[in-house]
Amino acid sequence: MFRYLIRRLLWIVPVLFTISMITFVMMKVTPGGPFDVSSSGRELPRELVESLERRYHLHEPEWKQYLIYMGLLPTSTGADGRPVFKGVFQGDLGPSYQYKGRSVTEILFEAGPARPWWESRFGRSAQLGVLGFLLGISIGIPLGIIAALNHNRFADYASLFGATIFVSTPNFVVAIFLMIVFGLWLHWLPIVARSWHEPSAWVLPTFCLGVGQAAFITRLTRATMLEVLRQDYIRTARAKGLRDNVVMLRHALRNAMIPVATVLGPALAALITGTFFIETMFSFPGMGRLFVQSISQRDYSMIMGTTLLFAFMIALANLVVDLVYGWLDPRITYS
Amino acid sequence: MAQQTAIAKPLGRPTPAASPELPFARSSKPRSLWTDAWRRLLRNRMAIVGMVIITVFALMAITADVLTPYDMNDQHHESVYRPPAWAPSGDSNYLLGTDGVGRDELSRLIYGARVSLVVGVVPVTLNLLIGTTLGMAAGYLGGRVDNLLMRLVDVFFAFPDLLLIIIMSVAFRETWIGQQLGGLLIMFIAIAVTGWVGTSRIVRGQVLSQKRKEYIEAARAIGAGHFRIMSRHLMPNILAPLIVGVAFAIPGAIFTEAALSFIGLGIRPPTASWGNMIQDGLASIYSNQVLIIAPAICVALVMLSFTFLGDGLRDALDPRMKQ
Repeated sequence: MFRYLIRRLLWIVPVLFTISMITFVMMKVTPGGPFDVSSSGRELPRELVESLERRYHLHEPEWKQYLIYMGLLPTSTGADGRPVFKGVFQGDLGPSYQYKGRSVTEILFEAGPARPWWESRFGRSAQLGVLGFLLGISIGIPLGIIAALNHNRFADYASLFGATIFVSTPNFVVAIFLMIVFGLWLHWLPIVARSWHEPSAWVLPTFCLGVGQAAFITRLTRATMLEVLRQDYIRTARAKGLRDNVVMLRHALRNAMIPVATVLGPALAALITGTFFIETMFSFPGMGRLFVQSISQRDYSMIMGTTLLFAFMIALANLVVDLVYGWLDPRITYS
Repeated sequence: MAQQTAIAKPLGRPTPAASPELPFARSSKPRSLWTDAWRRLLRNRMAIVGMVIITVFALMAITADVLTPYDMNDQHHESVYRPPAWAPSGDSNYLLGTDGVGRDELSRLIYGARVSLVVGVVPVTLNLLIGTTLGMAAGYLGGRVDNLLMRLVDVFFAFPDLLLIIIMSVAFRETWIGQQLGGLLIMFIAIAVTGWVGTSRIVRGQVLSQKRKEYIEAARAIGAGHFRIMSRHLMPNILAPLIVGVAFAIPGAIFTEAALSFIGLGIRPPTASWGNMIQDGLASIYSNQVLIIAPAICVALVMLSFTFLGDGLRDALDPRMKQ
C-alpha cells in the first residue's frame, strides 16, 4: 500500500513536467509579449522593454527560460557565491507580468495584510470547490439510491429526468437562470455579492458548481445500483433473511460505489475547471476567475502558474480517488 | 426493412406471427442486431424528443440564410436594445429584440445554431477517426505499439481536457490558424486533439476483449489479412459502445465551444455563437434578460437533446441495461 502510494505520487512528476512543457511551448508560440503595451495603453520604449526582458530572463534561449522557470537552472549567484534557484520546484511560480512587483505565488496564496490564508484566491476557490463537491455527493448518492429502489416508478422518473437536465446544462447556463430567478425576480439572493463574508453570497455559486456533479453522480449511482440489485449475491443476502437496510448498505451500496468512485476523478476535474465559468459569472475572487482574467491580459507567468496548479490538483484528486477505489474494492491489490 | 414493418403491422389478417410461441414465424430472415436496436430506440420517448429537437435545430442551421430576417451582423442603429416583440414597447420587426449595437437577436440565434452543430459534428468526427485508428492499432497489434500509445494516453488523460483546449486557444488565437473560419478551425483542432484519448481507450478495450474470440480465429484461419479482420470483423463488433461514446462526445464539444466563447476565447466576434451571445447578454442582465436567456435556452436544449439521444442509444444498444 505504502509503496503504491509512493509510486503514484512519483507518477505525478512526469505528468506535471509534460504539462508544464506543453504549456510553456504554447505560451511561447503566442505572438506578442507581455510588455507590448503598458498598462496605460502606450507602447513602452525599446530600452525599457529590453531591461524588463533581461530582468525576467526573456532574453535567454527558450530551453533555458524553461529550465529557469522550473527551478533547474540557477537565476543568479547569491552573496556567498552559491547559485540561487528560483522556480516551480522551490515553490516560486515567477513574477506576474501584469501585477507589477508581485509574484504569482503571492497573488494565489496570500490574501493581503492581516487576512487569513483562506481568503486568498486559492483558499476561496478551494472552499467553493469543497462545498460544491460535498453538495454533489450529498445530493447525488441518496437520490441515485432512491431512484434505483423505486425503479420505473414516479420517484425514479422524476429524479432521472431532473438529473438528466442538470447533467447536460452547462453550469454557467444554470447560473444564468438562477441569477435571474432568485436575484432579479425574487430578490432572495444577491446577484453580485457585496461581501463574501455573508453566507448568502455563497449559495448560488456553490449550487451552480455542485448541481452538475450531483446530477452526474445521481445518474451513475442509479445505473450501478440497478445493476448490483440484479446480482445473485443480493438475492442470497435476502434469502438468508438479512434486513433490507443491511442488504442495501452492506451488500448493494458498497458494490455500487465502486464504479462511482472510478469516475469521481474526471468529475473532480470537471468541478475544478468548472470554477472558471462560475467564478467569472459571479465575480468570485478566486483562482478560476484570475485564470480567465490572466488569459485576456496575456499574463503568461500567471497562466502557466495557475495551469500547473490546476493540473497538480487534478492529479492529486485522481490519486485520492484511486486510493478510495482500492479501499472500496478489496479485490484490487497495490503491487 | 420493408419486411420488418410487415411483421410489425400484420395488416388486418391474422398471421402466425401473432402467436406467442412463434413470434417470428413468418420472417424468413432473422432480425439483425441493428434493426432490434433501432426499434428499441424508437420506443424510447425521450430519445425521440431529442431527435426531433436536434432535427429542428439542424434544419434551422442549414436554412439560416433564408430563415433569418436580417444578416447576423446588420446593425440597426435606430433600434438598440429593443425589447422582444411581446413587450409593450416591442417592435414586431425584431421578434426577440435587438442587442447593444442593434443586431437582431433572433437572426444571431439562428446563425448560432450553425456554429454549435458544426462544432458538435466536425471535431467529433475527427476524434473518431484518430481514436479508432490508434485504439485499434494498440489493441490489435499489442506489444510495443500498445505500450507507447497507452503511455501517451495516460499523459493526455492526466491533463484536464478543458485546460489544454483553453491553452491551445490562447496560444493560437492571434495566429493564422486561430483566425480561420471565425475561430472555428482552432476549436476543431483543440477538441479533436483532446477528444481522441477517450475514443481510443474505448476501442482498445473492446478490441482486447474481442480479438481472442473464435470468430476472429476463424477469419484468420480462412486467410483474412490484418486489415480485413480489423475493418470487417472487429469493427462491427465494437461499434455499439463507440456509437454511445460519440453520442455523448457531441454535447461535450458543444459545451466546450459555448464555454470558451463565454470566457472570450472560442468563436471570434462578430461571428455569432451562443456562447459569445451569453457573454454579451451578461452586460444587459438587468435591463433586457431575453438577450441572455434566449441563447442559454438554446445551449441547454441542444445539449439536453443529445444527452437524451445518447441515453436512448445506450439503452437500445445494450439490452442488459433495460429492465
